[in-house]
Parts: sequence; structure tokens; C-alpha cells
Amino acid sequence: MALEKDYLDIPGTTVFDAEMSRKGYHLNQFCMSLMKAENRVRFLADGRAYVDEWPMTEVQKQAVLARDYNKCIANGANIYFLAKLFYTDETPFERGVSTMTGMTPEAYRSMMLGGGRPIEGNRYIGEK
Amino acid sequence: MARITSAVFSSHIPAVGAAIDRGATRNEYWAPVFKGFEFSRQWEKDNKPDVVILVYNDHASAFDLRVVPTFAIGCSEQFESADEGWGPRPVPPVIGHPDLAWHIAQSVITDEFDLTICNDFKVDHGLTVPMSLMFGQPEEWPCRVIPFMVNVVQYPPPSGRRCFELGKALRKAVELFDEDLNVQIWGTGGMSHQLQGMRAGLINREWDQKFLDLLIKDPEELTKISHSEYIREAGSEGIELIMWLIARAALGSQVNERHRFYHVPASNCALGHLILEKA
Repeated sequence: MALEKDYLDIPGTTVFDAEMSRKGYHLNQFCMSLMKAENRVRFLADGRAYVDEWPMTEVQKQAVLARDYNKCIANGANIYFLAKLFYTDETPFERGVSTMTGMTPEAYRSMMLGGGRPIEGNRYIGEK
Repeated sequence: MARITSAVFSSHIPAVGAAIDRGATRNEYWAPVFKGFEFSRQWEKDNKPDVVILVYNDHASAFDLRVVPTFAIGCSEQFESADEGWGPRPVPPVIGHPDLAWHIAQSVITDEFDLTICNDFKVDHGLTVPMSLMFGQPEEWPCRVIPFMVNVVQYPPPSGRRCFELGKALRKAVELFDEDLNVQIWGTGGMSHQLQGMRAGLINREWDQKFLDLLIKDPEELTKISHSEYIREAGSEGIELIMWLIARAALGSQVNERHRFYHVPASNCALGHLILEKA
């Protein structure tokens, strides 16, 4: 018997469940460390050296250094933790989010001004 | 005795707080949002509470993954504004009501809702943005506030049904408090929004409107919404709306609608706002 995960068929969405949190623990706690100014300075000065202080996987470290937020999330990051990375880079939150959508920040903002991403066609994977 | 006289529901979008703090509330983008709260600020002046029980979620500010309480109540004298990465919001310290908070903890835990009692933490935008929307920018906040946190970051959050039942236990607890206090309960977060992945930016206006309709008229019906429905229909972060069920149940079944407002977009989100008074 396994747990029912009736949210796995939602497109473009990773639910931060127990499995993801287990996977992303050190990645998320690394993000938390950026709440301290001295850590932000050290991280921005030498990102590689800073992430090497954390017991993250090499894939997680590279995702962080590349600011590949979708890859971070696929490897257990949660958006509220990743937000610390946005702020460290002084990336506005909406802009950081937009980079995960495959759209330019301008196209994303314009979509939001037009009422947001529609629900039609976005409920189930493979839905037409 | 103390009594819950009204409930306020509001999104707690951080960019709204930033717009207030930067003095950008009158620009083209933000003016329509703040217009929706003009009535509310006057209403708060006319119906000044002694205490607000403010239901919100922490966003990896007070808690990280070391400790994840499902429900937590703030029992301290005072709560400072958290530094979320761009410096603490320039708002006055939030003054708690330890006597009522401890009383609620004892009552609600006895009623089988296992709250975590917290005495030393900072409050983030989830709590301070609704306060700024409702009270503006005063030198000091006009009332005491009991922070009441719900985990909606780590899946699974508590069920909507559980939140609703907790709201009833909160109402009972407040009514058992001997001091004569006018208490408001606020439910914050929502409405539809998704902040991650290829589906980020999702807004479901129709679903949000139905949620507001039912919240007023038949909130029990909303307890049937599953977690996957919240995520599918209202976005991965739209599940914050379970917190509104706590506030709604705490007010009791018969209510009068005083104010309703809905606006898209506010940053990545649909912003919803309601004021209900006990009938």
C-alpha cells in the first residue's frame, strides 16, 4: 500500500510534500542561511565555496549556482525558501517567479495584467 | 465576557506591503487595490477591536524546516517585524495579548486541537500586510494582536474540515474569557495564486468568486474541498485559503456582509477581501 498522491497529475506544479522536503532539506536550509547579511556577502563573493559548505547534492549546488529555479524545485526546494535567494540577488519576487515559466518577465507581467494564467487547459497533465 | 464580533478576510501579498512602505499606493498599478480597502480602514475606526486573532502562515521567517508546527499560537507580550531579506518592514511592534492567548491555548488544546505554544518569534508579511491594509500606517497599532499560525508551506497542511472545527473551538475559547473584549478574527492569504513552476501565475477568478459566495452563505460546504482541488483550481499557494475557514467558523453561522472586494493582479496573485459581522 502506498500513500495516495492525487496531486501528481497537476501540470507544471511540484507539491512540496514529505518526499520533496526530505530531498530538499539541506537545499532549503542553505537558502535560510541567506537571511543573514554576512552569509549573503560570502555567498555572492564565492558561490561555489559557499554551497560546498552545505551537504547538498552536486545537482542541487549547480542548480543554485545557475539560478535554475525549476531545477531547484525538482530537487526539493520550496518557493518561500528560494525567495531568500531572489532577495540575495535583489531579484524582484515576480521576476524570479516568471523565470520558471519559460516566459520573459515582460510577457509574464503582461499575462498577469491580463487576468493571469487561465485555468482552462491547466488542470490536468495532457489536458487539451 | 469576550466575544468575536466580526471577521476580516484578506490576502497578505508581500508586494502590497512594499507598495505601502514605498508610498506607491496611488500609482496606476496599485491604486485599484488600495481603493478596495478605503471602506475597510474607516470600518476599523468605527468598529475598533480590543484584540485581533490573526490567522496567517509564516513564510520561512520564524520557522524553517527544523520545526514545522501545524497550528501555533503566539503568547508573547510583543512581536517584532521579521527581516525577510530586504530589512524588517517599517511597522510598529505588534503588541500581543498573553492572557487571552494562553487562555485560548489551554481551552483549545483541551478540546483536542494540539496547538504549538510560541513565545519568541518574529512576524512576517503574512501578519503585517493585512494590518497595514486595515489600519494604514499609524505610529502604533490600534489594538492587540494574537498571531495564530497555520502551516501551509509543508504539504500536507491541515484539512479544511480541521480548520473549520478549530475555528469553532476558538469561538468557544474566546467566549469563556471573562474580560469584556471586542475580538475580531482575521483569516489571511489566498486567493488563487501559484508561485512556482511552469504553471506560475495561475488565476481562477470563477473559483475564487464561488469560494467567496460560499464563505458567506454556506461555509460548511467549503470543508469538502480537498487539498488537491485547492492546488488544481486555485494554484499551489492558493491552498492558503484553508486559513479563511478558521476565521469563518470562529464567527458563527449567521453573518452580515459588510464589504467585499476582489482584484487581479496584485503581483502574482488574485487579491480577495471580505468583512463579515456577526448577525
